Amino acid sequence: MGPNLLINYGEAVAMLLFGIGFGNLLLQPNLIKKIIGLNIMDTAVYLFLAEKGYIAGRVAPIITGGVQDVEAYINPIPSGLVLTGIVVSVSVSALMLALTIRLYRRYHTLDLDEISRQLKKEGL
Amino acid sequence: MDFVQNFPCFSIILCLFAGIISSGFKDKAALRINTGLLVIVTFLNGATLLYTLETGESFVYVMGKFPAPWGNEIRAGVLEALTALFFCVIMLLSLLGGRHKLLEEVEAGKTYLYYVLTDLLLSSLLALVYTNDMFTAYVFVEINTISACGLIMIRQNGRTIEAAVRYMIMSLLGSGLLLLGLCMLYDLTGHLLMSNIRQSVAQIAANDAYVIPLIVSIVLMSVGICIKSALFPFHAWLPDAYGYSTVSSAAILSSLVSKGYIFLLIKIIYRVIGFDIYHDTRIIDVLFVFGLMGMVFGSLSAIKENDVRRMIAYSSVAQIGYIYMGFGMGTEAGMTASVFHILSHAATKSLLFIAAIGLTDVSGGSRKFIELTGAAYRNKWAGAAFTVGSLSMVGVPLFSGFISKLLFAQAAVQNHTKMLPALIVLGISTILNAIYFMKTVIRIYTPVGYSAYPSITFAKMRVYAVTLIAFILLNVILGISSQPVVDMIRQGLSMFS
Repeated sequence: MGPNLLINYGEAVAMLLFGIGFGNLLLQPNLIKKIIGLNIMDTAVYLFLAEKGYIAGRVAPIITGGVQDVEAYINPIPSGLVLTGIVVSVSVSALMLALTIRLYRRYHTLDLDEISRQLKKEGL
Repeated sequence: MDFVQNFPCFSIILCLFAGIISSGFKDKAALRINTGLLVIVTFLNGATLLYTLETGESFVYVMGKFPAPWGNEIRAGVLEALTALFFCVIMLLSLLGGRHKLLEEVEAGKTYLYYVLTDLLLSSLLALVYTNDMFTAYVFVEINTISACGLIMIRQNGRTIEAAVRYMIMSLLGSGLLLLGLCMLYDLTGHLLMSNIRQSVAQIAANDAYVIPLIVSIVLMSVGICIKSALFPFHAWLPDAYGYSTVSSAAILSSLVSKGYIFLLIKIIYRVIGFDIYHDTRIIDVLFVFGLMGMVFGSLSAIKENDVRRMIAYSSVAQIGYIYMGFGMGTEAGMTASVFHILSHAATKSLLFIAAIGLTDVSGGSRKFIELTGAAYRNKWAGAAFTVGSLSMVGVPLFSGFISKLLFAQAAVQNHTKMLPALIVLGISTILNAIYFMKTVIRIYTPVGYSAYPSITFAKMRVYAVTLIAFILLNVILGISSQPVVDMIRQGLSMFS
């Protein structure tokens, strides 16, 4: 366990970051902090993927200098997954921010619990 | 290759393009595109179902020209085609039934956005049902979440926006876990296609290597999907989201969106991990316990509720509990019962939401029980439909709910260790269901001497009434001639493994 953790320190950091992001998204009452948590969480997954796809001593899978040997490049699939994931997380963050603006304009606060309290008072 | 094999791909692509095209049209045109699309896609999926039934085996459709370990694939068997067909029919009926409310609740000139969102939602649901690639499944899970969030907040008031935010937060937590789980699975196996992953997982399990990482990855994916489909402790967002959005959204969300995720979990259990390995991880016991708790606590919350829409929403929590209890049995019979319950609950819950809106409309728009007194006399069709839905939920013979309860009970008897808790909770839950649904039915059929609210006649709500009749028929057909459907589910599940 111990030595493996040291060798795979990238993955360990990714898991730690994922936990931080997950906790923030779940527990923070402030909506902006929640969105920051969401982004930390998603980025942690990308770090994990990048770390897993990297092979020491090789370069990014873009053919340079006519070298077509597979041995020269890292695994391209995790990079592709990261790109797709970034697209997804950008759109989700944009949607969350738009919703936050809507709520802020209506209730003048970013605190989700406070918004719930005001909604109860409105009695809608 | 037969031409029919293109149909699953066609239906997904058609939905995506219809969504894009609709965004350039006015309300009426978008509505027509949406209805036409749903009819076409229903026929395409029906043809796929007939084809798979006829050939008796599933087929794989290769997207692009890359063969198996590298390319992207669609896979269609009896179960996929049946579920997709059912989703299309329920969506068509839900949209028809809620159309008049949508026009009231969304400002004119903006309803086309609603149809754009439903087109995208349908495409993501179909993709979740048909895809054979884990990462594609993740991407469509996110598309599903975004369009579902749009469906909740299309009706603009504080409640719906707050509900949409809460829904998004829970969904994002779930999809984060799902993504992490499938990245780990990719690292363990080196594949993204479901069939390839299963071969590698079988090898890993046979060699007893990577035991803990495999379990962690399975747990992460399962918990992620449980959060997204509102299994008991994660249901806090659900009553607001279903209770305050426009009625078609509530019907679609409760009967299709959460079921799409559950169907993905079934695919993960059978096609990605393998039933036996999943069974050995013991996570199904956890699903079983939380399913049982959901069945009781969802019903208890529903009894306390004084708002008819929120009551139906809480009842969804209980019904999701039933489905997870079926998974937790860990037997083929339990799985069959769960899949049947997915279909029967989809047909019943959308019927209840659509019928409830008819009742509240003739009660001055109030959803409080006291105002609903005698509403069934003022809107006869909605009253009858609500009664059918309630009887089906309680599990009275003739209706679909009875068959799913029967299947659950049969499955429970086969599993000796879980028989007692499953049967006891099934009994308790049925009684609780009866308490709150029968309370409502009695309330709406209590005659009032004089009512301040006018009645509504058939001529004024033709589309709505015809939708309700179609829903009732669907329910009764599922209840009376359930054997062919159950046989299809069994056949489909055996094609999975």
